[in-house]
Amino acid sequence: MKQLVVISGKGGTGKTIISASFAALAQNKVIVDCDVDAADLYLLLHPEIQESHQFIGGKKAKLDLEKCTRCGECTKVCRFSAIEENPIGEFIIDPISCEGCGICSYICPVEAIAMEENISGEWFVSQTKYGPFVHARLAIAEENSGKLVTEVREKAKEIAEKNRLDFVIIDGPPGIGCPVIASLSGTDLALVVTEPTLSGIHDMERAIQMAHHFKTKTACCINKFDINLKNSEQIENWCNKNSIPLVGKVPFEDNVTKSMVQGIPLTEFSNNSAAKEIKKIWQKLIKLLATEDH
Amino acid sequence: MIISVASGKGGTGKTTIAVNLALSLEYTHFIQFLDCDVEEPNAHFFLKPRIIESHPVNLPIPEILESKCTYCGKCAEVCAYNAIAVLKNTVLVFPELCHGCGGCSLLCPEMAIKEKGQRIGIMEFGAVNNIQFIQGKLDIGQALSLPLIREIKKHKNLTRIVIIDVPPGTSCPVIEAVKGSNFSLLVTEPTPFGLNDLKLAVETLRKLKIPFGVVINRAGVGDSMVDDYCQKENIPILMTIPMDKNIAVAYSEGKSIIQTQPSYRKKFLELFEKVKELKK
Repeated sequence: MKQLVVISGKGGTGKTIISASFAALAQNKVIVDCDVDAADLYLLLHPEIQESHQFIGGKKAKLDLEKCTRCGECTKVCRFSAIEENPIGEFIIDPISCEGCGICSYICPVEAIAMEENISGEWFVSQTKYGPFVHARLAIAEENSGKLVTEVREKAKEIAEKNRLDFVIIDGPPGIGCPVIASLSGTDLALVVTEPTLSGIHDMERAIQMAHHFKTKTACCINKFDINLKNSEQIENWCNKNSIPLVGKVPFEDNVTKSMVQGIPLTEFSNNSAAKEIKKIWQKLIKLLATEDH
Repeated sequence: MIISVASGKGGTGKTTIAVNLALSLEYTHFIQFLDCDVEEPNAHFFLKPRIIESHPVNLPIPEILESKCTYCGKCAEVCAYNAIAVLKNTVLVFPELCHGCGGCSLLCPEMAIKEKGQRIGIMEFGAVNNIQFIQGKLDIGQALSLPLIREIKKHKNLTRIVIIDVPPGTSCPVIEAVKGSNFSLLVTEPTPFGLNDLKLAVETLRKLKIPFGVVINRAGVGDSMVDDYCQKENIPILMTIPMDKNIAVAYSEGKSIIQTQPSYRKKFLELFEKVKELKK
Protein backbone atom coordinates (compact mmCIF):
# COMPACT_ATOMS: atom_id res chain seq x y z
CA MET A 1 0.00 0.00 0.00
CA LYS A 2 1.36 3.40 -1.03
CA GLN A 3 0.29 6.77 0.29
CA LEU A 4 0.33 9.83 -1.96
CA VAL A 5 -0.39 13.32 -0.64
CA VAL A 6 -1.15 16.33 -2.84
CA ILE A 7 0.03 19.63 -1.35
CA SER A 8 0.97 23.05 -2.71
CA GLY A 9 2.05 25.63 -0.16
CA LYS A 10 -0.03 28.32 -1.83
CA GLY A 11 -3.79 27.80 -1.86
CA GLY A 12 -5.85 27.61 -5.01
CA THR A 13 -3.23 26.07 -7.28
CA GLY A 14 -5.45 23.11 -8.17
CA LYS A 15 -4.79 20.42 -5.53
CA THR A 16 -8.41 19.30 -5.28
CA ILE A 17 -9.06 19.24 -9.03
CA ILE A 18 -5.99 17.03 -9.47
CA SER A 19 -6.77 14.82 -6.45
CA ALA A 20 -10.31 14.22 -7.73
CA SER A 21 -8.93 13.14 -11.09
CA PHE A 22 -6.53 10.74 -9.39
CA ALA A 23 -9.50 9.40 -7.43
CA ALA A 24 -11.17 8.60 -10.73
CA LEU A 25 -8.02 7.25 -12.42
CA ALA A 26 -6.52 5.07 -9.71
CA GLN A 27 -7.56 1.48 -9.16
CA ASN A 28 -7.90 -0.06 -5.68
CA LYS A 29 -7.65 3.05 -3.56
CA VAL A 30 -9.11 4.94 -0.67
CA ILE A 31 -9.48 8.69 -1.03
CA VAL A 32 -8.91 11.11 1.85
CA ASP A 33 -9.69 14.82 2.15
CA CYS A 34 -7.27 16.25 4.70
CA ASP A 35 -8.16 19.88 4.02
CA VAL A 36 -10.51 19.73 6.99
CA ASP A 37 -10.70 23.52 7.28
CA ALA A 38 -12.16 24.07 3.84
CA ALA A 39 -13.01 20.65 2.47
CA ASP A 40 -14.07 20.78 -1.17
CA LEU A 41 -13.31 17.33 -2.57
CA TYR A 42 -16.77 16.03 -1.65
CA LEU A 43 -18.24 18.45 -4.20
CA LEU A 44 -16.66 16.36 -6.96
CA LEU A 45 -17.01 12.89 -5.45
CA HIS A 46 -20.62 13.06 -4.16
CA PRO A 47 -20.12 10.77 -1.16
CA GLU A 48 -22.83 8.68 0.40
CA ILE A 49 -22.04 8.89 4.09
CA GLN A 50 -21.91 5.50 5.81
CA GLU A 51 -20.39 6.34 9.16
CA SER A 52 -20.00 9.60 10.99
CA HIS A 53 -17.96 10.23 14.11
CA GLN A 54 -17.61 13.13 16.49
CA PHE A 55 -14.18 14.66 16.79
CA ILE A 56 -13.02 15.75 20.22
CA GLY A 57 -10.24 18.23 19.52
CA GLY A 58 -9.30 19.01 23.08
CA LYS A 59 -10.72 20.63 26.17
CA LYS A 60 -11.93 24.12 26.95
CA ALA A 61 -12.02 25.85 30.30
CA LYS A 62 -15.44 26.51 31.77
CA LEU A 63 -15.90 28.89 34.69
CA ASP A 64 -18.60 28.45 37.31
CA LEU A 65 -19.59 32.02 38.21
CA GLU A 66 -21.32 30.85 41.40
CA LYS A 67 -18.05 29.50 42.80
CA CYS A 68 -15.83 32.25 41.43
CA THR A 69 -14.53 34.69 44.06
CA ARG A 70 -13.17 37.05 41.40
CA CYS A 71 -9.62 36.80 42.72
CA GLY A 72 -8.22 37.07 39.17
CA GLU A 73 -5.47 34.45 39.60
CA CYS A 74 -6.59 32.71 36.40
CA THR A 75 -6.11 35.80 34.25
CA LYS A 76 -2.52 36.07 35.47
CA VAL A 77 -1.55 32.58 34.31
CA CYS A 78 -3.49 32.43 31.03
CA ARG A 79 -1.06 33.12 28.19
CA PHE A 80 -3.76 33.07 25.55
CA SER A 81 -5.63 36.13 26.87
CA ALA A 82 -8.74 33.97 27.07
CA ILE A 83 -10.03 35.21 30.42
CA GLU A 84 -11.29 38.75 30.80
CA GLU A 85 -13.18 40.70 33.37
CA ASN A 86 -16.46 42.11 32.05
CA PRO A 87 -17.76 45.56 33.02
CA ILE A 88 -19.67 44.18 36.00
CA GLY A 89 -16.62 42.47 37.42
CA GLU A 90 -17.34 38.92 36.33
CA PHE A 91 -14.61 36.82 34.78
CA ILE A 92 -15.54 35.43 31.39
CA ILE A 93 -13.67 32.77 29.40
CA ASP A 94 -13.59 33.25 25.66
CA PRO A 95 -13.82 29.70 24.25
CA ILE A 96 -12.37 30.82 20.92
CA SER A 97 -9.13 32.07 22.52
CA CYS A 98 -8.85 29.20 25.03
CA GLU A 99 -6.24 26.64 23.91
CA GLY A 100 -7.25 24.16 26.58
CA CYS A 101 -3.98 24.11 28.54
CA GLY A 102 -5.97 23.83 31.78
CA ILE A 103 -3.54 25.84 33.90
CA CYS A 104 -6.34 28.13 35.11
CA SER A 105 -8.24 25.15 36.47
CA TYR A 106 -5.10 23.94 38.31
CA ILE A 107 -4.40 27.23 40.02
CA CYS A 108 -7.96 28.35 40.79
CA PRO A 109 -8.08 28.35 44.62
CA VAL A 110 -11.80 27.58 44.78
CA GLU A 111 -11.99 25.04 41.94
CA ALA A 112 -14.36 27.18 39.93
CA ILE A 113 -12.89 26.19 36.58
CA ALA A 114 -13.49 22.82 34.96
CA MET A 115 -12.00 21.51 31.76
CA GLU A 116 -14.68 20.17 29.45
CA GLU A 117 -14.31 18.08 26.33
CA ASN A 118 -15.02 20.04 23.23
CA ILE A 119 -16.64 18.56 20.16
CA SER A 120 -14.84 20.40 17.42
CA GLY A 121 -15.80 18.57 14.28
CA GLU A 122 -17.02 15.44 12.59
CA TRP A 123 -15.47 12.90 10.31
CA PHE A 124 -17.06 10.51 7.90
CA VAL A 125 -16.49 7.26 6.07
CA SER A 126 -18.33 7.35 2.78
CA GLN A 127 -18.78 5.42 -0.41
CA THR A 128 -18.36 7.08 -3.78
CA LYS A 129 -18.52 5.76 -7.31
CA TYR A 130 -14.72 5.87 -7.29
CA GLY A 131 -14.23 3.96 -4.03
CA PRO A 132 -14.21 4.56 -0.28
CA PHE A 133 -13.70 8.15 0.87
CA VAL A 134 -12.75 9.44 4.32
CA HIS A 135 -13.42 13.11 4.97
CA ALA A 136 -14.12 15.53 7.77
CA ARG A 137 -15.52 18.85 8.75
CA LEU A 138 -13.85 20.93 11.40
CA ALA A 139 -16.41 23.01 13.27
CA ILE A 140 -16.28 26.75 12.72
CA ALA A 141 -13.52 28.63 14.52
CA GLU A 142 -12.02 25.48 16.02
CA GLU A 143 -8.46 24.42 16.53
CA ASN A 144 -6.53 21.18 16.34
CA SER A 145 -7.10 20.48 12.70
CA GLY A 146 -3.81 18.54 12.77
CA LYS A 147 -5.30 16.05 15.21
CA LEU A 148 -8.42 15.67 13.04
CA VAL A 149 -6.23 15.07 10.00
CA THR A 150 -4.41 12.33 11.91
CA GLU A 151 -7.68 10.62 12.86
CA VAL A 152 -8.95 10.72 9.28
CA ARG A 153 -5.70 9.31 7.95
CA GLU A 154 -5.64 6.49 10.48
CA LYS A 155 -9.10 5.42 9.37
CA ALA A 156 -8.11 5.54 5.71
CA LYS A 157 -5.05 3.45 6.38
CA GLU A 158 -7.15 0.91 8.26
CA ILE A 159 -9.55 0.68 5.29
CA ALA A 160 -6.65 0.28 2.88
CA GLU A 161 -5.02 -2.48 4.94
CA LYS A 162 -8.26 -4.35 5.55
CA ASN A 163 -9.22 -4.33 1.89
CA ARG A 164 -5.66 -4.73 0.61
CA LEU A 165 -5.89 -1.56 -1.41
CA ASP A 166 -2.92 -0.31 -3.41
CA PHE A 167 -3.21 3.44 -2.83
CA VAL A 168 -4.20 6.02 -0.26
CA ILE A 169 -4.76 9.30 -2.12
CA ILE A 170 -4.71 12.34 0.15
CA ASP A 171 -5.88 15.82 -0.79
CA GLY A 172 -3.86 18.07 1.53
CA PRO A 173 -4.42 21.56 2.93
CA PRO A 174 -2.56 24.72 1.87
CA GLY A 175 0.36 26.09 3.87
CA ILE A 176 3.28 24.35 5.58
CA GLY A 177 2.10 24.26 9.21
CA CYS A 178 0.44 21.80 11.55
CA PRO A 179 -2.36 20.31 9.36
CA VAL A 180 0.01 19.99 6.39
CA ILE A 181 2.63 18.23 8.48
CA ALA A 182 -0.08 15.87 9.79
CA SER A 183 -1.23 15.18 6.19
CA LEU A 184 2.26 14.46 4.99
CA SER A 185 3.96 12.49 7.74
CA GLY A 186 4.52 8.86 6.82
CA THR A 187 3.41 9.19 3.20
CA ASP A 188 5.46 7.69 0.38
CA LEU A 189 5.36 10.68 -1.93
CA ALA A 190 4.16 14.27 -1.87
CA LEU A 191 3.02 15.78 -5.16
CA VAL A 192 3.48 19.54 -4.96
CA VAL A 193 1.10 21.38 -7.29
CA THR A 194 2.37 24.84 -8.17
CA GLU A 195 1.52 27.62 -10.58
CA PRO A 196 3.95 29.84 -12.52
CA THR A 197 3.53 32.95 -10.36
CA LEU A 198 6.10 34.46 -8.02
CA SER A 199 3.91 33.48 -5.06
CA GLY A 200 3.38 29.99 -6.43
CA ILE A 201 7.13 29.43 -6.88
CA HIS A 202 8.04 30.80 -3.46
CA ASP A 203 5.38 28.68 -1.73
CA MET A 204 6.30 25.54 -3.71
CA GLU A 205 9.92 25.88 -2.59
CA ARG A 206 8.81 26.18 1.04
CA ALA A 207 6.43 23.21 0.70
CA ILE A 208 9.15 21.03 -0.85
CA GLN A 209 11.67 22.03 1.83
CA MET A 210 9.08 21.21 4.49
CA ALA A 211 8.44 17.77 2.94
CA HIS A 212 12.18 17.07 2.82
CA HIS A 213 12.53 18.24 6.42
CA PHE A 214 10.17 15.39 7.32
CA LYS A 215 12.04 13.02 4.98
CA THR A 216 9.20 12.69 2.49
CA LYS A 217 10.04 12.42 -1.21
CA THR A 218 8.50 14.91 -3.57
CA ALA A 219 7.45 15.34 -7.17
CA CYS A 220 6.22 18.57 -8.70
CA CYS A 221 3.67 19.55 -11.31
CA ILE A 222 2.87 22.98 -12.74
CA ASN A 223 -0.76 23.91 -13.15
CA LYS A 224 -1.78 26.65 -15.64
CA PHE A 225 1.82 26.51 -16.88
CA ASP A 226 1.02 28.63 -19.95
CA ILE A 227 0.02 31.68 -17.88
CA ASN A 228 3.69 32.59 -17.61
CA LEU A 229 6.13 30.46 -19.64
CA LYS A 230 9.19 32.20 -18.27
CA ASN A 231 8.21 31.39 -14.70
CA SER A 232 7.36 27.81 -15.72
CA GLU A 233 10.85 27.47 -17.13
CA GLN A 234 12.26 28.78 -13.88
CA ILE A 235 10.31 26.13 -11.94
CA GLU A 236 11.57 23.45 -14.33
CA ASN A 237 15.17 24.55 -13.81
CA TRP A 238 14.75 24.68 -10.06
CA CYS A 239 13.30 21.14 -10.06
CA ASN A 240 16.17 19.87 -12.24
CA LYS A 241 18.76 21.50 -10.03
CA ASN A 242 17.21 20.00 -6.91
CA SER A 243 16.53 16.57 -8.47
CA ILE A 244 12.77 16.88 -8.00
CA PRO A 245 10.91 14.97 -10.74
CA LEU A 246 8.70 17.37 -12.68
CA VAL A 247 5.84 15.04 -13.60
CA GLY A 248 3.72 17.34 -15.72
CA LYS A 249 2.63 20.73 -16.95
CA VAL A 250 -1.13 21.26 -17.07
CA PRO A 251 -2.38 24.02 -19.40
CA PHE A 252 -4.92 26.68 -18.43
CA GLU A 253 -8.34 25.59 -19.73
CA ASP A 254 -11.93 26.71 -19.27
CA ASN A 255 -12.88 23.05 -18.93
CA VAL A 256 -11.38 22.96 -15.47
CA THR A 257 -13.89 25.39 -13.98
CA LYS A 258 -16.68 23.87 -16.09
CA SER A 259 -15.99 20.42 -14.65
CA MET A 260 -16.07 21.92 -11.15
CA VAL A 261 -19.41 23.58 -11.81
CA GLN A 262 -20.74 20.23 -13.07
CA GLY A 263 -19.28 18.50 -10.01
CA ILE A 264 -17.29 15.95 -12.01
CA PRO A 265 -13.55 15.12 -11.81
CA LEU A 266 -11.80 16.76 -14.77
CA THR A 267 -10.58 13.51 -16.34
CA GLU A 268 -14.17 12.20 -16.36
CA PHE A 269 -15.51 15.43 -17.80
CA SER A 270 -13.20 16.13 -20.70
CA ASN A 271 -10.49 14.58 -22.78
CA ASN A 272 -8.78 17.83 -23.72
CA SER A 273 -5.14 18.62 -23.07
CA ALA A 274 -5.47 19.41 -19.35
CA ALA A 275 -7.23 16.11 -18.64
CA LYS A 276 -4.75 14.20 -20.81
CA GLU A 277 -1.83 15.75 -18.97
CA ILE A 278 -3.30 14.76 -15.60
CA LYS A 279 -3.66 11.17 -16.85
CA LYS A 280 0.02 11.18 -17.83
CA ILE A 281 0.94 12.59 -14.42
CA TRP A 282 -0.92 9.77 -12.70
CA GLN A 283 0.96 7.18 -14.78
CA LYS A 284 4.28 8.76 -13.83
CA LEU A 285 3.30 8.84 -10.16
CA ILE A 286 2.44 5.13 -10.21
CA LYS A 287 5.97 4.46 -11.45
CA LEU A 288 7.54 6.77 -8.88
CA LEU A 289 5.52 5.18 -6.09
CA ALA A 290 6.52 1.70 -7.27
CA THR A 291 10.22 2.54 -7.33
CA GLU A 292 10.36 4.50 -4.08
CA ASP A 293 11.86 2.43 -1.33
CA HIS A 294 11.24 3.63 2.15
CA MET B 1 -9.30 51.08 11.81
CA ILE B 2 -8.43 47.45 11.13
CA ILE B 3 -9.54 45.83 7.87
CA SER B 4 -8.77 42.15 7.48
CA VAL B 5 -8.84 40.37 4.13
CA ALA B 6 -9.82 36.71 4.42
CA SER B 7 -11.32 33.98 2.24
CA GLY B 8 -11.76 30.41 3.41
CA LYS B 9 -10.52 29.01 0.12
CA GLY B 10 -6.91 29.61 -0.80
CA GLY B 11 -5.90 31.32 -4.01
CA THR B 12 -9.01 33.46 -4.45
CA GLY B 13 -7.09 36.73 -4.35
CA LYS B 14 -6.77 37.79 -0.71
CA THR B 15 -3.29 39.16 -1.18
CA THR B 16 -4.31 40.90 -4.41
CA ILE B 17 -7.18 42.73 -2.70
CA ALA B 18 -5.18 43.58 0.42
CA VAL B 19 -2.22 44.89 -1.58
CA ASN B 20 -4.25 46.94 -4.03
CA LEU B 21 -6.32 48.45 -1.26
CA ALA B 22 -3.12 49.51 0.51
CA LEU B 23 -1.57 50.90 -2.67
CA SER B 24 -4.76 52.81 -3.54
CA LEU B 25 -5.09 54.38 -0.11
CA GLU B 26 -1.50 55.30 0.58
CA TYR B 27 -1.69 58.58 -1.35
CA THR B 28 -4.13 59.95 1.20
CA HIS B 29 -3.65 57.78 4.30
CA PHE B 30 -0.92 56.25 6.40
CA ILE B 31 -1.20 52.50 6.09
CA GLN B 32 0.11 49.63 8.14
CA PHE B 33 0.16 46.31 6.28
CA LEU B 34 0.34 43.13 8.38
CA ASP B 35 0.98 39.91 6.43
CA CYS B 36 -0.39 37.30 8.84
CA ASP B 37 -0.25 34.46 6.29
CA VAL B 38 2.93 33.37 8.03
CA GLU B 39 3.08 29.92 6.44
CA GLU B 40 3.21 31.45 2.96
CA PRO B 41 3.67 35.23 3.14
CA ASN B 42 3.44 36.71 -0.36
CA ALA B 43 2.36 40.35 -0.07
CA HIS B 44 6.00 41.49 -0.15
CA PHE B 45 6.25 40.44 -3.80
CA PHE B 46 3.72 43.13 -4.70
CA LEU B 47 4.46 45.86 -2.16
CA LYS B 48 8.25 45.49 -2.44
CA PRO B 49 8.99 47.06 0.93
CA ARG B 50 12.50 47.83 2.07
CA ILE B 51 13.06 45.55 5.06
CA ILE B 52 14.62 47.65 7.81
CA GLU B 53 14.69 45.28 10.72
CA SER B 54 14.02 41.64 11.46
CA HIS B 55 14.09 39.54 14.56
CA PRO B 56 13.36 35.94 15.48
CA VAL B 57 10.14 34.99 17.23
CA ASN B 58 10.49 32.46 20.01
CA LEU B 59 8.07 30.20 21.79
CA PRO B 60 8.85 29.53 25.47
CA ILE B 61 9.41 25.80 25.84
CA PRO B 62 10.38 23.95 29.02
CA GLU B 63 13.94 23.17 29.97
CA ILE B 64 14.35 20.62 32.74
CA LEU B 65 16.93 21.30 35.43
CA GLU B 66 17.96 17.70 36.00
CA SER B 67 19.72 18.50 39.27
CA LYS B 68 16.46 19.61 40.89
CA CYS B 69 14.08 17.16 39.16
CA THR B 70 12.69 14.31 41.25
CA TYR B 71 10.88 12.70 38.28
CA CYS B 72 7.59 13.05 40.11
CA GLY B 73 5.70 13.30 36.81
CA LYS B 74 3.65 16.39 37.65
CA CYS B 75 4.73 18.22 34.49
CA ALA B 76 3.65 15.38 32.22
CA GLU B 77 0.36 15.16 34.10
CA VAL B 78 -0.50 18.85 33.64
CA CYS B 79 0.62 19.16 30.03
CA ALA B 80 -2.52 19.12 27.87
CA TYR B 81 -0.51 18.69 24.69
CA ASN B 82 1.54 15.58 25.58
CA ALA B 83 4.69 17.61 25.10
CA ILE B 84 6.44 16.15 28.16
CA ALA B 85 7.01 12.53 29.11
CA VAL B 86 8.63 11.53 32.40
CA LEU B 87 10.46 8.22 32.49
CA LYS B 88 12.20 6.61 35.43
CA ASN B 89 15.11 8.98 35.51
CA THR B 90 14.77 11.16 32.53
CA VAL B 91 12.33 13.74 31.22
CA LEU B 92 11.62 14.01 27.50
CA VAL B 93 10.40 17.29 26.03
CA PHE B 94 8.75 17.39 22.57
CA PRO B 95 9.02 21.05 21.55
CA GLU B 96 6.92 20.55 18.39
CA LEU B 97 3.90 19.74 20.55
CA CYS B 98 4.40 22.52 23.10
CA HIS B 99 1.99 25.48 23.02
CA GLY B 100 4.10 27.54 25.42
CA CYS B 101 1.35 27.73 28.06
CA GLY B 102 3.91 27.74 30.88
CA GLY B 103 1.91 25.31 33.01
CA CYS B 104 4.73 22.84 33.62
CA SER B 105 7.16 25.40 34.97
CA LEU B 106 4.46 27.07 37.05
CA LEU B 107 3.23 23.85 38.63
CA CYS B 108 6.51 21.94 39.11
CA PRO B 109 6.79 21.42 42.90
CA GLU B 110 10.61 21.47 42.77
CA MET B 111 10.89 24.54 40.54
CA ALA B 112 12.95 22.33 38.27
CA ILE B 113 11.61 23.71 34.99
CA LYS B 114 12.61 26.97 33.47
CA GLU B 115 11.58 28.20 30.09
CA LYS B 116 13.82 28.88 27.15
CA GLY B 117 12.91 30.46 23.87
CA GLN B 118 12.72 28.20 20.86
CA ARG B 119 12.73 29.94 17.52
CA ILE B 120 9.64 29.29 15.39
CA GLY B 121 10.06 31.96 12.74
CA ILE B 122 11.00 35.55 12.06
CA MET B 123 9.23 38.84 11.91
CA GLU B 124 10.34 41.45 9.40
CA PHE B 125 9.65 45.18 9.54
CA GLY B 126 9.81 47.35 6.47
CA ALA B 127 8.39 50.35 4.70
CA VAL B 128 7.47 51.57 1.26
CA ASN B 129 6.20 55.14 0.75
CA ASN B 130 3.33 55.62 3.19
CA ILE B 131 3.00 51.94 4.01
CA GLN B 132 4.51 50.45 7.11
CA PHE B 133 4.99 46.74 6.48
CA ILE B 134 5.26 43.82 8.89
CA GLN B 135 5.35 40.16 7.95
CA GLY B 136 5.91 36.93 9.80
CA LYS B 137 7.56 33.91 8.27
CA LEU B 138 7.21 30.51 9.90
CA ASP B 139 10.40 28.44 9.88
CA ILE B 140 10.30 25.30 7.73
CA GLY B 141 9.28 22.31 9.83
CA GLN B 142 7.52 24.35 12.53
CA ALA B 143 3.89 23.43 13.10
CA LEU B 144 2.48 26.28 15.17
CA SER B 145 1.72 29.52 13.38
CA LEU B 146 -0.48 31.05 16.10
CA PRO B 147 2.24 32.50 18.34
CA LEU B 148 3.80 34.18 15.33
CA ILE B 149 0.51 35.73 14.24
CA ARG B 150 -0.11 36.89 17.82
CA GLU B 151 3.31 38.52 17.85
CA ILE B 152 2.69 40.42 14.60
CA LYS B 153 -0.63 41.68 15.87
CA LYS B 154 0.98 43.06 19.01
CA HIS B 155 2.62 45.60 16.70
CA LYS B 156 -0.61 46.93 15.23
CA ASN B 157 -0.56 50.69 14.99
CA LEU B 158 -4.05 52.14 15.26
CA THR B 159 -2.95 55.62 14.22
CA ARG B 160 -2.80 54.12 10.74
CA ILE B 161 -5.27 52.16 8.63
CA VAL B 162 -4.29 48.59 9.38
CA ILE B 163 -4.75 46.09 6.55
CA ILE B 164 -4.32 42.43 7.47
CA ASP B 165 -3.63 39.67 4.94
CA VAL B 166 -5.18 36.58 6.57
CA PRO B 167 -4.16 32.94 5.94
CA PRO B 168 -6.67 30.68 4.13
CA GLY B 169 -9.05 28.38 6.00
CA THR B 170 -11.39 28.85 8.95
CA SER B 171 -9.49 27.44 11.94
CA CYS B 172 -7.28 28.90 14.64
CA PRO B 173 -4.73 30.88 12.57
CA VAL B 174 -7.58 32.60 10.74
CA ILE B 175 -9.35 33.48 13.99
CA GLU B 176 -6.16 34.90 15.46
CA ALA B 177 -5.55 37.00 12.35
CA VAL B 178 -9.07 38.46 12.03
CA LYS B 179 -9.75 38.94 15.75
CA GLY B 180 -10.22 42.60 16.63
CA SER B 181 -10.92 43.75 13.05
CA ASN B 182 -13.45 46.50 12.47
CA PHE B 183 -14.32 44.94 9.14
CA SER B 184 -13.45 41.88 7.08
CA LEU B 185 -13.39 41.60 3.33
CA LEU B 186 -14.12 38.05 2.17
CA VAL B 187 -12.60 37.36 -1.21
CA THR B 188 -14.16 34.58 -3.24
CA GLU B 189 -14.52 33.32 -6.77
CA PRO B 190 -17.84 32.36 -8.40
CA THR B 191 -17.28 28.59 -8.40
CA PRO B 192 -18.65 25.73 -6.28
CA PHE B 193 -15.39 25.59 -4.29
CA GLY B 194 -15.43 29.35 -3.82
CA LEU B 195 -19.01 29.26 -2.58
CA ASN B 196 -18.50 26.30 -0.26
CA ASP B 197 -15.53 27.95 1.45
CA LEU B 198 -17.21 31.38 1.48
CA LYS B 199 -20.05 29.91 3.51
CA LEU B 200 -17.54 28.62 6.07
CA ALA B 201 -15.84 32.00 6.24
CA VAL B 202 -19.19 33.74 6.71
CA GLU B 203 -20.06 31.44 9.60
CA THR B 204 -16.67 32.15 11.16
CA LEU B 205 -17.09 35.93 11.00
CA ARG B 206 -20.65 35.77 12.27
CA LYS B 207 -19.41 33.78 15.24
CA LEU B 208 -16.76 36.41 15.91
CA LYS B 209 -19.30 39.22 15.39
CA ILE B 210 -17.14 41.03 12.85
CA PRO B 211 -19.01 42.87 10.09
CA PHE B 212 -18.03 41.77 6.60
CA GLY B 213 -18.67 42.10 2.90
CA VAL B 214 -17.75 40.06 -0.13
CA VAL B 215 -15.37 40.75 -3.01
CA ILE B 216 -15.95 38.52 -6.04
CA ASN B 217 -12.77 37.92 -7.98
CA ARG B 218 -12.55 36.37 -11.46
CA ALA B 219 -16.22 37.13 -12.06
CA GLY B 220 -17.61 35.30 -15.07
CA VAL B 221 -15.64 32.06 -14.73
CA GLY B 222 -18.14 29.76 -13.05
CA ASP B 223 -21.78 30.13 -12.13
CA SER B 224 -24.01 32.66 -10.34
CA MET B 225 -24.38 30.71 -7.08
CA VAL B 226 -22.20 33.10 -5.05
CA ASP B 227 -24.36 36.06 -6.09
CA ASP B 228 -27.52 34.12 -5.26
CA TYR B 229 -26.15 33.10 -1.88
CA CYS B 230 -25.10 36.66 -0.95
CA GLN B 231 -28.47 37.99 -1.95
CA LYS B 232 -30.30 35.37 0.07
CA GLU B 233 -28.12 35.94 3.13
CA ASN B 234 -28.18 39.71 2.80
CA ILE B 235 -24.42 39.92 2.46
CA PRO B 236 -23.19 43.02 0.61
CA ILE B 237 -21.09 42.39 -2.49
CA LEU B 238 -18.72 45.33 -2.28
CA MET B 239 -16.63 44.82 -5.37
CA THR B 240 -16.49 42.60 -8.43
CA ILE B 241 -13.34 42.04 -10.45
CA PRO B 242 -13.91 40.30 -13.77
CA MET B 243 -11.78 37.41 -14.98
CA ASP B 244 -9.02 39.17 -16.86
CA LYS B 245 -6.02 37.36 -18.25
CA ASN B 246 -3.98 40.59 -18.02
CA ILE B 247 -4.51 40.69 -14.26
CA ALA B 248 -3.51 37.02 -13.97
CA VAL B 249 -0.33 37.57 -15.98
CA ALA B 250 0.56 40.71 -14.02
CA TYR B 251 -0.01 38.78 -10.78
CA SER B 252 2.34 36.05 -11.95
CA GLU B 253 5.07 38.68 -12.35
CA GLY B 254 4.47 40.23 -8.94
CA LYS B 255 2.67 43.31 -10.27
CA SER B 256 -0.37 44.83 -8.61
CA ILE B 257 -3.59 45.55 -10.50
CA ILE B 258 -3.34 49.31 -10.07
CA GLN B 259 0.21 49.26 -11.37
CA THR B 260 -0.93 47.75 -14.68
CA GLN B 261 -4.46 49.21 -14.77
CA PRO B 262 -4.42 52.51 -12.82
CA SER B 263 -8.16 53.01 -13.38
CA TYR B 264 -8.74 50.37 -10.69
CA ARG B 265 -7.52 52.76 -8.02
CA LYS B 266 -10.86 54.54 -8.10
CA LYS B 267 -12.67 51.23 -7.57
CA PHE B 268 -10.55 50.40 -4.55
CA LEU B 269 -11.23 53.86 -3.09
CA GLU B 270 -14.95 53.22 -3.56
CA LEU B 271 -14.50 49.88 -1.81
CA PHE B 272 -12.86 51.70 1.11
CA GLU B 273 -15.76 54.16 1.34
CA LYS B 274 -18.19 51.24 1.59
CA VAL B 275 -16.04 49.61 4.26
CA LYS B 276 -16.06 52.84 6.29
CA GLU B 277 -19.86 52.89 6.22
CA LEU B 278 -20.25 49.26 7.27
CA LYS B 279 -17.46 48.91 9.86
CA LYS B 280 -18.08 48.64 13.56
